[in-house]
Amino acid sequence: MARSINQNAYSSALPNFRNLGVLLRILVVVNVIALAAVVIRAGDVRALWGELLEISALVQPLLILSLLALVALNDWLRRLRGSLGILVVLALEFVLTAFLYALGRPLLDVEPAPLLRYWVLVLLVTWALLKYFQLRERALSPALSEARLQALQARIRPHFLFNSMNAVLSLIRQDPKRAEEMLEDMAELFRALMADNRELAPLTRELELCRRYLDLEQLRLGDRLNVEWHTEGMPAGALVPLLVLQPLIENAVYHGIEPRVEPGVISIRIYATRDQVHAVLRNPYSGEGDRHAGNRMALANIRERLQLHFDAEASLTTRTDGATYEVHIVMPYRRGEPGPARAVTADG
Amino acid sequence: MVIVDDEAPARSRMRDLLAECAREIPLTIAGEAPSGRAALELLAANPADVVLLDIRMPEMDGIEVAQHLLALDTPPAVIFATAYDDYAVRAFEVQAIDYLLKPIRLARLKEALARVRPGRPPEVEALRGLQRSPRAFLSAPERGKVHLIPIADVIYLKAELKYITVRTAAREYLIEESLTRLEQEYGERFVRVHRNCLVARTAVRGFERSAPEGGETHWVVMLAGVDEKLAVSRRQQHIVREFGKT
Repeated sequence: MARSINQNAYSSALPNFRNLGVLLRILVVVNVIALAAVVIRAGDVRALWGELLEISALVQPLLILSLLALVALNDWLRRLRGSLGILVVLALEFVLTAFLYALGRPLLDVEPAPLLRYWVLVLLVTWALLKYFQLRERALSPALSEARLQALQARIRPHFLFNSMNAVLSLIRQDPKRAEEMLEDMAELFRALMADNRELAPLTRELELCRRYLDLEQLRLGDRLNVEWHTEGMPAGALVPLLVLQPLIENAVYHGIEPRVEPGVISIRIYATRDQVHAVLRNPYSGEGDRHAGNRMALANIRERLQLHFDAEASLTTRTDGATYEVHIVMPYRRGEPGPARAVTADG
Repeated sequence: MVIVDDEAPARSRMRDLLAECAREIPLTIAGEAPSGRAALELLAANPADVVLLDIRMPEMDGIEVAQHLLALDTPPAVIFATAYDDYAVRAFEVQAIDYLLKPIRLARLKEALARVRPGRPPEVEALRGLQRSPRAFLSAPERGKVHLIPIADVIYLKAELKYITVRTAAREYLIEESLTRLEQEYGERFVRVHRNCLVARTAVRGFERSAPEGGETHWVVMLAGVDEKLAVSRRQQHIVREFGKT
């Protein structure tokens, strides 16, 4: 099963050092500790500055070198079994500290504290950080975050289900062939909705579902619904959480098209930059509405799913520009690879 | 019978079902409308006994349409239809108004048709019980037709004897409602300047003292869109100060 392979792949005791969130957390935690050390050691405000410079001279190069090494060695490190990875990281820090100490000692005009003291400090901080990431991983994944993802699975509005069924029923007598197609579309949509969508899927698959959904809505709303696709720059192979766009399109129809008498346009633009996938959705905005709570809930749901999949690397922003409502999603560009799809990478 | 639904397939499905009912229950379909506004026009020209009314429609929902239908010379009976709406369903049970759930079953439609009394419109109080948000329009009957006044166009509402005068920038209308009820329905949109008068907050341009000959000086409110000035009663004088603050 793909999932058990995934769990093995991610049972490493180490976090994914190539994840932006992990890197940020390391930077913040180490600097906060350094700052705390300075504040404790410095007697008065004037001494604070000197201490800060001194500690930065050692901490910052070490931090940068460590992060570079960890990013470079990430894949190899994470393949190591059990606690071996932790030991290797500790050893790495041990060596880097000694190296920088030897290099930096002649440059400082005062005699620094003995190397042993730095070793102890660095190893303690490193060990604490690694433990923190382990705990965080355990708190978020796999079991808990998988359960969370399952609970967050996109739900289609019952309103849509019943109206679509009504629309299909109306077709059965007049246009049995079209009715057949519609039922097939519905089956496919609901298969995706009820499936286990915790793994990332190719973007093309997601767009296919969106098109099925829009076909159904088109039947119901006729000329009132117009859709513009801008997918020329689309990264077809990118991996995204399934049903990340469909609920947004459903929102656009529900809030942007249905409350209007006149026809409206939903525009969907998907493009990639070097390492990001962007999706921008626009729909007419009618101003006052009484159903905005539903919209916010759907957005919060997608935001949380994005976070569980991509941590700080994904974002969802909305804005209203006059008579247009826009949702912009940014996701890291995960290339589709053969073999087991990368599932919940809730690390970091 | 008239079918009102904004979705064409839903209307066509209803037509099929009614055609089937027609074998047992005498009925003819007088027409169909894609919106409440179209329905009001259609029914003013061709009165019908029964209207099948979808609840979720753009511009105004079915419940509001049903209220405006009451302003027709011969208001029809109404059967509501909705796809999925927990709130509405509960409200319908409370108000004991018949409703159909989409997709509609033939048997259920027959039942509703057998029960409905043609030409007997729903009670206005019951419809108000179903209403969830303020109506988007006020409706003024005019020579058999119903004129819809967008609430945003209303500058003031003034009670006179049995009727209420609705003033817009373009003209005046007479409607038969209660000022107190309108005040409750629209809440913050209007401010009461006088026992018999509500003014749209957005239309208030300012206040000034007025001293009619032989009378006491009192405040009047100046309005955007019309030249008239309306008296502020002594009891409501505090609103002059409240507006001054904002």
